[in-house]
Amino acid sequence: MKIRHSLTGNEAMAEAMRQINPDVVAAYPITPQTEIVQLFSNSVADGKVNTEFVTVESEHSAMSATIGASAAGARAMTATSANGLAYMWEVVYIAASMRLPIVMPVVNRALSGPINIHCDHSDTMGARDSGWIQIYSENSQEAYDNLIQAMRVAEHSEIQLPVMVCMDGFIISHGMEVIEMEDDDTVRKFIGEHKANYSLLDVKNPITMGPLDLQDFYFEHKKQQAEAMKNSAAVIRDVAKEWEKLTGRSYDMIEEYRMEDAEIAIVAIGSATGTAKVVIDGLREKGVKAGLVKIRVFRPFPKEEIAKALANTKAVAIMDRAESFADFGGPLFRDIRASLYDHDVRPKMVSYVYGLGGRDVMPEDIASVYADLERLVKGEQLPMLNHLGVRE
Amino acid sequence: MSEKKVIPAGATWKEIPVAGIIPTAGTAQEFKTGDWRTRKPIHDEKKCINCLRCWIYCPDASIMVKDGKVIGIDYDHCKGCGICANVCPDKVKALTMIAQSEEE
Amino acid sequence: MAEILEIRWHGRGGQGAKTAALLMGESAAEAGKYVQAFPEYGPERMGAPVTAYNRISNNPIRLHCSVQNPKYVVVLDPTFLGAVDFTNGILDGGAILINTSETPADWKQKLSLDGKNIRIYTVDASKISKEEVGGNFPNTPMLGALIKVTNVLPVEEALNAIRSKLTIKFRNKPELIDRNLKAIQRSFEEVLS
Repeated sequence: MKIRHSLTGNEAMAEAMRQINPDVVAAYPITPQTEIVQLFSNSVADGKVNTEFVTVESEHSAMSATIGASAAGARAMTATSANGLAYMWEVVYIAASMRLPIVMPVVNRALSGPINIHCDHSDTMGARDSGWIQIYSENSQEAYDNLIQAMRVAEHSEIQLPVMVCMDGFIISHGMEVIEMEDDDTVRKFIGEHKANYSLLDVKNPITMGPLDLQDFYFEHKKQQAEAMKNSAAVIRDVAKEWEKLTGRSYDMIEEYRMEDAEIAIVAIGSATGTAKVVIDGLREKGVKAGLVKIRVFRPFPKEEIAKALANTKAVAIMDRAESFADFGGPLFRDIRASLYDHDVRPKMVSYVYGLGGRDVMPEDIASVYADLERLVKGEQLPMLNHLGVRE
Repeated sequence: MSEKKVIPAGATWKEIPVAGIIPTAGTAQEFKTGDWRTRKPIHDEKKCINCLRCWIYCPDASIMVKDGKVIGIDYDHCKGCGICANVCPDKVKALTMIAQSEEE
Repeated sequence: MAEILEIRWHGRGGQGAKTAALLMGESAAEAGKYVQAFPEYGPERMGAPVTAYNRISNNPIRLHCSVQNPKYVVVLDPTFLGAVDFTNGILDGGAILINTSETPADWKQKLSLDGKNIRIYTVDASKISKEEVGGNFPNTPMLGALIKVTNVLPVEEALNAIRSKLTIKFRNKPELIDRNLKAIQRSFEEVLS
């Protein structure tokens, strides 16, 4: 049964967590994520979930406690943003290398400094090589759906990898929208019971987790992680198909919007893709063959899908809501350029870093990128690296 | 308890448990550390009063005991730290340390 | 974008602009519309100017940016005159609703809108709130005036939706539910055009 609700992104995530009913949640507050665990703790206090809620003294402890709980065989979750993610850094890697199926909402926020609490993707983009699966959400509905699907992906016996489910800070986390929720039974049946491959609390089968692992085997364990990440793409797709059958809402690694005959396209992640769709509809009315590729899953990187989607375009703008300070665009730009390296026909490709520190992205901003792409198609020279809307 | 399985050196990534998990207990027994030893305890059965202090203190569980009596030392795992000889009562001194090279 | 109704709220921290935007959004959602309600976040300070927004549509809303050209602007505090440019970007044919004891004609002059196609509505929301709710909470009466003026929701449906939301909000002070609804109803009647 579907339930229509008007919820903020944070409320949607907190509701999904209530329905998931994890065994353990250990969390520390940080804007703009705080509301998720605050609302979830209400569910704990009201007896709506059976969760052991651990209030820890830092994000490092939050992730450490979550790792401990997960290693004990519990379904364990936490949530964070920006500097909180940065503070849990070393244990973020340990969660992935211990192959613990932890699911963590991350409300994307700029990393300081200067101090800023608003949206960009610099926090999770920095964690792109940590071994976590990363799923990004355009709106509250996707945040809700992605969080529930992430449980199945993480806990799949062949995958056993942690997942970050990302949504844009304030823009989505604090913006109220109409979403469709499934009823508690449907969600609980979908995610099923968590059966950990190993448990530290199984006294009849004592095991060791996280041992010293030096030159002789460490590399083999990294290969296993890489292999699990590779295999996760098929599981992400299967889980999405199953969720679609249940809800009618479809998901894939990427979403193509009006790409069938697109000559110019934008590739982007997160809430700005919604605004881009509105801009595309306007351009299409004027006969401009514009399209969008939205990245839903960034890790594992959907290289084939992206290459296929962009194969027939003439010019593409890759929009990164994070600056890499590499003098070579953002992380998405570089990954996509690399994805097309082996293809004979390649579109022209330019980088736009945009929306840092919550800088609003208006339809006019996105329209200006499409205008640039049209000029590029006509043969004009444009700089490869751009900072969209920054004051010169 | 699941069956103990020794992973050979040179096993491939497909053959080893994920994440370095050691899925059974007591695997240290398979790992011979005796060659770390530079000094070696010698047990004198005649002097020994079987107080078992050495057995309690040995950090590597290398004092072999049967029916309440010390029957020898597990040289496969003894690292030669000398704690056993140190805790052996002064009036007994049933354990003495000798250099590994002095071995007969 | 023509089919999306956009609203901008101006208040001071503590006056309930964000709450009013959420209530407007939730009411419209209960009436079957697609909605957005979101504040413009800054450091939260009592008394500082605060902006909040609504989008209301019959179709799913995909825009994720602030509202630049609202059709309706709701001003919870008349002291913003000269301090906050609340007429900025308002659509031709749009309207401004102001919490004041003065008349629309007075404000038309103050805002030098003569000759422009922008309607002004006034209602003394602070007075209504003081009399009905027992304090200066102009947000709910202004919400009532907005529902009346926009005519985007059937009044009965809107009132039912607001009642259900207020029931949750004031579960520890149930007496405030009817008082707020009375304030909303009075502003339906007392809003001047």
